[in-house]
Amino acid sequence: MQHLDGNAVAGQLADYFSFDVTAATARCNGCGSIAEFARAMVYRSGAGTVVRCGSCDQVLATIVEAGDRAWIGFSGVSAIEVRRG
Amino acid sequence: MSDRPSLSTDAAARAVPGGGALTPAATGATAAPAAPAAPAAPPARSAVPRAAWHSAAVVAVTRETPTAARLELEVDGWPGNAAGQHLDVRLTAPDGYTATRSYSIASSGPGSRVVLAVDKLPDGEVSPFLVDELRTGDLLEVHGPLGAFFVWRPVEERSLAPARPVQLIAGGSGVVPLFAMARAHADAEDLTPLRMLYSVRTPDDVYFADELMALAEASDAFRLDLVYTRRIPAAWPTPPGRIMREALAAAVIPAAERPLVYVCGSTGFVERVASWLIELGHDAGSIRTERFGGT
Repeated sequence: MQHLDGNAVAGQLADYFSFDVTAATARCNGCGSIAEFARAMVYRSGAGTVVRCGSCDQVLATIVEAGDRAWIGFSGVSAIEVRRG
Repeated sequence: MSDRPSLSTDAAARAVPGGGALTPAATGATAAPAAPAAPAAPPARSAVPRAAWHSAAVVAVTRETPTAARLELEVDGWPGNAAGQHLDVRLTAPDGYTATRSYSIASSGPGSRVVLAVDKLPDGEVSPFLVDELRTGDLLEVHGPLGAFFVWRPVEERSLAPARPVQLIAGGSGVVPLFAMARAHADAEDLTPLRMLYSVRTPDDVYFADELMALAEASDAFRLDLVYTRRIPAAWPTPPGRIMREALAAAVIPAAERPLVYVCGSTGFVERVASWLIELGHDAGSIRTERFGGT
């Protein structure tokens, strides 16, 4: 399956978070690398969106939307750094 | 990027039998009541305007290339955007089914006018409507501005940090956000070296052709290099063909000059270019990419 960049989920996540998640940096639980979400790889299917680490492929986050609910998991991320300015 | 087909889910693609079922939402198009004014805190330089849903009126639709249209929108309450950002367009069918796609913004700055250039994907769900059916006066629902990562800002006059040269690399309709950067560079009279390498099928397929030529002629700081993959103009020095590693090395700012590099195009184009840039010694952290799927 062809992937996109983390940039591609900016609109989807802007519906739920008050900051731009794609510009935030995250530490991957799998390999420890730290990178902006925008640098991750995004795979989309009918089931939902999977965000994988650009360095090691580990699943960083999942987004599933159905009806009036959404499930957002950050299972592969140990910390997120957000710009407060 | 112009249209990102991969943003459609399989479920969404199955849900609409015909391409013509979608129209701009009538209900969502009315403007929300104005929010109370926010406290006047000066935004940090890194901050971008907050994303929100807006109603956008189509001001003009013009043919950009044989397969693409340029859309000029007047967006109610748009907070302005930085060069390189994108927005989502949502279409709603009479039965409530919605389809949302991302489009790069070809314009930047504080105004409420937003320019898009949309490439028509023959089997697309949204782009055929935007390119062929949209008329002046129509209303669209747009969400943005989006993405604070794939952006470039002109150097501020008082900035003490020496600016790094900038290399833009576009494949096809991937030129759209990069054109916004080149225009912002010119409008700010920024003297930072800015170079654009633009790979495109034929001379007819060049987006913003007149504007790009004018920018290149007007400023010594901006240089445009075109690569034609299918058909070349008369008296063009090189035969048509995909850009290869050696040609890329010759046409981009050398790694030793530590350029910031922005690459936008199809996933395949971006993958090839980004891996060659790394081989040529460019720092991975200095390369920002935006893939829009496709071939």
